[in-house]
Amino acid sequence: MILFLGRKLAGLVATVAVASLVIFGALYLAPGDPAALLAGGHQPNPAALAEIRARYHLDDPFLLQYWHWLSGLLTGDPGDSMVLKEPVTSLIAARLPTTGLLVAYASLLILILGVASGIFAGVAGKAVDGVLTVTTTVLMAAPAFVAAILLIWVFATKLSWFPVYGSGTGFLDRIHHLTLPALALSGGYLAYVSRITRTEVRAELTSDHVAAARVRGLPRRHVLRRHVLRNAAPPILAVSGVTVAALFAGTAVAEQAFGVSGLGSLLVQSAARQDMVVVQAIALLLVAIFVLVNTLVDVLNAVLDPRLLRERS
Amino acid sequence: MTAPLLEFDGLRVSLGERPILRDVTLSVHAGEAVGLVGESGSGKSMTVKSVVRLLPGGSTVDGSVRFGGIDVGSLGPADLRRFRSRDVAMVFQDPRATVNPVRTIGDFLTEVLRDQGVGRAEATRRAAGSLAEVGVDDVRRRLSQRPYELSGGLLQRVVIAAALLTEPKLILADEPTTALDVTTQEEVVAILNEQRRQRSAALLFITHDLELAAAVCDRIAVMYAGEIVEILPADRLHDDARHPYTKALLGSRPGTVPPGERLRTVPGTPQSALTAPAGCVFADRCPVVESACRDLHPPMLSVGSGFAACHLLSEEVR
Ligand SMILES: Nc1ncnc2c1ncn2[C@@H]1O[C@H](COP(=O)(O)OP(=O)(O)O)[C@@H](O)[C@H]1O
Ligand SMILES: [Mg+2]
Repeated sequence: MILFLGRKLAGLVATVAVASLVIFGALYLAPGDPAALLAGGHQPNPAALAEIRARYHLDDPFLLQYWHWLSGLLTGDPGDSMVLKEPVTSLIAARLPTTGLLVAYASLLILILGVASGIFAGVAGKAVDGVLTVTTTVLMAAPAFVAAILLIWVFATKLSWFPVYGSGTGFLDRIHHLTLPALALSGGYLAYVSRITRTEVRAELTSDHVAAARVRGLPRRHVLRRHVLRNAAPPILAVSGVTVAALFAGTAVAEQAFGVSGLGSLLVQSAARQDMVVVQAIALLLVAIFVLVNTLVDVLNAVLDPRLLRERS
Repeated sequence: MTAPLLEFDGLRVSLGERPILRDVTLSVHAGEAVGLVGESGSGKSMTVKSVVRLLPGGSTVDGSVRFGGIDVGSLGPADLRRFRSRDVAMVFQDPRATVNPVRTIGDFLTEVLRDQGVGRAEATRRAAGSLAEVGVDDVRRRLSQRPYELSGGLLQRVVIAAALLTEPKLILADEPTTALDVTTQEEVVAILNEQRRQRSAALLFITHDLELAAAVCDRIAVMYAGEIVEILPADRLHDDARHPYTKALLGSRPGTVPPGERLRTVPGTPQSALTAPAGCVFADRCPVVESACRDLHPPMLSVGSGFAACHLLSEEVR
């Protein structure tokens, strides 16, 4: 277990390190002169340009620039936004709670509704299964922005149950504001988790060990919980983990569509403004969160099914 | 003689249009061991599964299986569960497939007892005792291990320990050693038989190994294409076997010919209830077949020490 944890941790650090290089490299190679952008105007004066280039180390060789950036990150100072002229840390800190809440909300919807409907489809008869299959197919096919438009139209414009726009203040108001974005964000993932759950539950239901448990006279509930769901849990958890981790990236669309001021919308806006410093920091943060969530899921799965410890070593 | 513990009475099972069991009539008395032998596909597994109502969906059942005089088919859900939990226990062919791979041996052994209302400590104590009785060592450690940490032979002992633990009146063992290493097969069967004898539990033992069945059981029932064709005392197997199929099986064992010579096999390919002829099920492969065999279904006749269903015997009997 210790060895397994060590390996996982090393993998996590390595992945984030490689990601940091890729993210920095990609934006370094991207077209456009950040100095010109920073100086503003059509004919920036050369002296101002040079001053900017020096301040942002734009003339240094690639690796040196990367090193500046990385050491800044590691000391907790990723620099200032080129456009907003505010420290990246405070930009992120101001938006992280909203995005965190949105992701948590969407994750709960995915896990509770997705897993529950999947179990239901797996256990119930053909009719229920059919209805759920159609529903999940539609959900999976609909892109988040289409879902967002539909949700806004029905629940915000027509029914006025939820606000059309904004992030809200105070916990309950925020939840109220984030309900439609969370629904738009979770739809496709929810359907996906539901499908996987259904498939896994079906597979376990027809397995020999479940038949053997039934023949031992164990109650249906017990067989369902301790044999079917217990054994279906690791794959469901793995898929849910990837899904939840991916939600952070998915917030870009949902936050933009609903005017929620979070990390996702900041990422989109910064990219549009070519605000490299912010884009780099957020991109790396998203990667780190993704890898971290996946690592946690892997560890949890190894606890649930210790065979995983053995197979990989 | 007292009423049998388990009674198959003209049991017929079909899956849709397809016959699986054509006519199974057999009884197992309390404390008795009955061997059910036959080639693969003959319906042995379906016969035992019908006892615990584990038949595939879409099966139709005619005739009856009675346990202690009660028709198993008539049990409601609660009674069926009680019957499965307390009266019978099943040992399957492949322990790797039938023990939940992610839970511990201790969980597996105690879950039925716990469901019956036995306390955790007491259930664990009894599980440990049962494991020790089937020859598992280091019992405490085993209880916290998982199936993948045990060898097949050891795991099958765990399954046997679990079967004994609930003190069933009947143990159904469906080729319990086929999936095991040859070296451990005999040991495992010997332990199963010894332990169930001590508890005077009856045993319905399925195997395709006639010799093994004869060594373990009191009586042998020979099955072919969904029918029982001969039943006889295990110790009379070699002398009294009358059905051409039983004789063919006896002739196909290793050891019946001098080493180096070709082993005889039962001619033709094994049939299921679906492909077998309408008259005698064995007619297509029988070396002594007569014309009547193909059209007329032979009745079960009492011959010598047992029973056999074969037209050729009817003249002798008369
Ligand atoms: N789940 C099933 N669905 C359809 N046919 C089956 C199923 N299980 C068994 N059979 C058929 O029933 C017959 C008897 O099978 P089985 O009882 O397993 O034989 P045995 O145990 O003697 O090898 C075979 O012809 C087999 O193909
Ligand atoms: Mg079988």
